[in-house]
Amino acid sequence: MPLIRVLDRDGIEHEVQAGAGLKLMEVLRELDYGVSAICGGMCSCATCHVFVDRDWVDKLRAPMSDETELIAELTDATGQSRLSCQIELTDAMNNLRVTIAPEE
Amino acid sequence: MVDRIVIVGAGQAAAQTCETLRHRGYKGSIVIVGSEPLLPYQRPPLSKKYLAGLLQRDRLLIRHQQHYDEHCVETRLGHPAIEIDRRTQRVRIDDGSTYAYDALLLATGSRPRKLSVPGTDLDGIHYVRSVEDVEALRAAMEHGRRLVVIGGGYIGLEVAATCRQLGFEVTVLESSGRLMQRVVCHETSEFFAEEHSRRGVRIHCNAQVTSISSHADSPRVRSVLCADGTEHLADLVVVGIGVEAVDDLARAAGLECSNGIVVDAHCRTADVFIYAAGDCASQINAQTGVRLRLESVDNAFQQGTTVALNMLGERTSHNSVPWFWSDQFGLKLITVGLNLGHDQIVIRGKRVTGSFSICYLRAGRLVAIDTINNPKDQMVARKLVGREFLPDANKLSDPTVALKDCGAFAAMAQVVQ
Repeated sequence: MPLIRVLDRDGIEHEVQAGAGLKLMEVLRELDYGVSAICGGMCSCATCHVFVDRDWVDKLRAPMSDETELIAELTDATGQSRLSCQIELTDAMNNLRVTIAPEE
Repeated sequence: MVDRIVIVGAGQAAAQTCETLRHRGYKGSIVIVGSEPLLPYQRPPLSKKYLAGLLQRDRLLIRHQQHYDEHCVETRLGHPAIEIDRRTQRVRIDDGSTYAYDALLLATGSRPRKLSVPGTDLDGIHYVRSVEDVEALRAAMEHGRRLVVIGGGYIGLEVAATCRQLGFEVTVLESSGRLMQRVVCHETSEFFAEEHSRRGVRIHCNAQVTSISSHADSPRVRSVLCADGTEHLADLVVVGIGVEAVDDLARAAGLECSNGIVVDAHCRTADVFIYAAGDCASQINAQTGVRLRLESVDNAFQQGTTVALNMLGERTSHNSVPWFWSDQFGLKLITVGLNLGHDQIVIRGKRVTGSFSICYLRAGRLVAIDTINNPKDQMVARKLVGREFLPDANKLSDPTVALKDCGAFAAMAQVVQ
């Protein structure tokens, strides 16, 4: 079970023990960080936007085109933007650090 | 002061109201009363991944028991509420216990409209609304591989696509002239009809089902018969002919209901202590001015949020632009806005590419859009639709021109900022 570090919108860091095989979004939604994830993970609503720490950007599986296209339209998007519903957690992601993006 | 909140119904709207209440610091009690035995769960995967056996039941849950425990939310599941006493402000549930409320949310959802022709009580006829329904349908798949779907709307077509992918012979019988007739234009209907046909789904429009026949020696379904004399052999039948609001409790309590529980912009009924949200609520849509009942996750989510804020004393209105989605054979159809009363349609992109959009205009304004595998348009449209955006039809029809560059907001619009 990977340990995920989550920086919430108030700038507070939390450590979360997450289940491998789950989407990162599922883990974040369960907690109180304001990830709405309205579409439930079908890469459509972009309400599970996070910034992945720089070191991790290239270690994660690259986004598919639909994720890239959605992110491109988000006001706060950066090169570290990902939709957490598209990140499937693995044991190799131990110590992954993400920041919850501001609400669109 | 509101200190005791009761939520009747345990779906998406309930979960969202609960979440917003706690997020905003509400410290009083929350009780969620649900007739289904499960914690609030996501219904959209039911006709897709869950039916296909690609998702575990546990992952349908929006949040798990631990979350509710940590947030001091009492859940009374598997117990339908049976009465609201508005005078004493109490809700009674089926085991006789009652809950007092300072504010009550009715988030009772909707139920499938029943087909009323001879033979609908036979074995092998299924509806798709709950986890239980889908598990029953999955279990019944051992009876054979011929599926007849009655109703060519979202649910029917999603079930058709999923089952076709599982190797079923699938026939869809739609009573109107085209698929998804209630929600999309002719062009979108036609595209989906072609895509289904191409993958071997038999689509019959203008098909009036008159009865369902059984085998001579058993009460199992054998075929579906239509008014034109055709007979479609079936091992399984799925009926998806729409849903109706579950408003019985509200009606019995004397609250106004008309195709759903009537609420104002704050999601409040005429009783100031009672709110309604989600599939069961009828509200005037801010963009069109039309009273509607919307059946979508997004609507349940937004209304659920509105209810929580109003319960806590913020007089916020629900006015977000609705959006809806469907997924059939991996073709993602996302509609933003309501196309009611549109007077012009502009197609962006080529259907053959499998990625395009259909724009609905009313008096020159972009009022809705169907995007098919087109996340870019979909995301941009959510910032344009219903906001007095006036596109140029020529630019709009050119997919190389970004949607937001196709026009401008009307000067009088509030979104010029």
